Amino acid sequence: MADVTQLIHDYLRHNKKFPHVFCAGCGHGIVLGSLIRSVHALGLPKDDVVLVAGIGCSGRMAVYVDFNTVHTTHGRALTFATGIKMANPKLKVICVMGDGDALSIGGNHLIHAARRNIGVTALILNNQIYGMTGGQCSSATPQGDISMTTPFGSLEKAFDIADMCKAAGASYVARGTSFHAIQLDRLISSAIMHPGFSVVEVFSPCPTQYGRKNKFRNAVDMYKWLKSNTVKVETLKEPDRKPEDGRIPIGVFRDVEEPGLEERYFELQRKLMGQNR
Amino acid sequence: MSKKQKGQTRVCVYPDWCKGCGLCVAFCPAKVLVLNAFGKSEVANEDECINCGFCELHCPDFAIAIKPRTRSAPGQPDPRSGWSDPEAEHGRASPPEPTPEPNPNPEE
Ligand SMILES: Cc1ncc(C[n+]2csc(CCOP(=O)(O)OP(=O)(O)O)c2C)c(N)n1
Ligand code: SF4
Ligand code: SF4
Ligand code: SF4
Ligand SMILES: [Mg+2]
Repeated sequence: MADVTQLIHDYLRHNKKFPHVFCAGCGHGIVLGSLIRSVHALGLPKDDVVLVAGIGCSGRMAVYVDFNTVHTTHGRALTFATGIKMANPKLKVICVMGDGDALSIGGNHLIHAARRNIGVTALILNNQIYGMTGGQCSSATPQGDISMTTPFGSLEKAFDIADMCKAAGASYVARGTSFHAIQLDRLISSAIMHPGFSVVEVFSPCPTQYGRKNKFRNAVDMYKWLKSNTVKVETLKEPDRKPEDGRIPIGVFRDVEEPGLEERYFELQRKLMGQNR
Repeated sequence: MSKKQKGQTRVCVYPDWCKGCGLCVAFCPAKVLVLNAFGKSEVANEDECINCGFCELHCPDFAIAIKPRTRSAPGQPDPRSGWSDPEAEHGRASPPEPTPEPNPNPEE
């Protein structure tokens, strides 16, 4: 296991203030490590990777890592990512968003990016809350859970991010957690190499804004919960049905080869240029 | 993750980066680490470490590193990892900075 941490330090911008801003035990730090290991394992040069982040605790990731990075506006990260991919399809574009970022304010961009199958990787850090702004409920907060804006429990149902992206047409859809770090490395690597729109939803604990209000005594309890309340989708008898015991399926839900929007666009360009000759 | 053999590793925690979340302490299968009086992770039973890698993969703050034990004399750089002497790593407050890469576009 030697050199795992050293490798991560080689990708960090050491001129930024460390330790990073994430709270003690925040899952976002683990996801950052996983992302770095995945890019490294694929042998991608740092300059070929673009990290496009939205606003939120999750968005802070772009500050710390030495890829090409764009820290965009809340909810709109996918629009910037789409532009970058269309302009230079050779780049591996990874879009980091929180659940609020990707599903609440940015929900429309998410479904349309999936429908277009643009060759971008959406890394959705689902902590089931608006972490950065003080713990308001998001569209991924489970029904009945306590947040700053739902002190008696949320009355609304949460989005199932993976289901929604599948329904909207994403060609690679997976779900992992910050606890299952080795699996997460694999999911992120295959998502980055996937030709069309790829989504990796990551259950990433927010001990500060979500955990404390929902009977988790500390960060460790949240990871224990992830350990015992998730199930590998490949071990399910009926992978398309939600497990009755309420456990969260993790793994790859869809992986089909469909040309991305940028490929179809350049195909059209080649065709039209051929006609004009 | 090779053989699960004890006593092959140096476990290094960088207290300046550790936020004391306790993940490494709670999940280490060999109970190598404890939270000290300052609320930071500290190595208590290094010889028990089985090099499983859990702590390195899960520390949200990249504050813990597992290294092979080397026979290089104390104070000598470790030729394998590019880090300084792993014996001395125990005392570091924060991780060493990476070696800068040569600039591919010197005109910039
Ligand atoms: C247009 C706009 N509306 C609202 C905000 C305030 N705001 C900043 S971050 C955030 C939500 C963050 O939640 P999430 O995306 O889940 O990220 P997390 O912090 O949980 O990682 C909001 C509402 C903003 N910055 N810009
Ligand atoms: S508020 Fe929550 S999501 Fe934000 S850094 Fe703290 S633990 Fe992480
Ligand atoms: S996991 Fe990292 S930050 Fe948390 S207590 Fe251990 S060394 Fe410190
Ligand atoms: S590598 Fe495994 S056994 Fe060794 S200190 Fe880390 S968690 Fe414990
Ligand atoms: Mg959130």
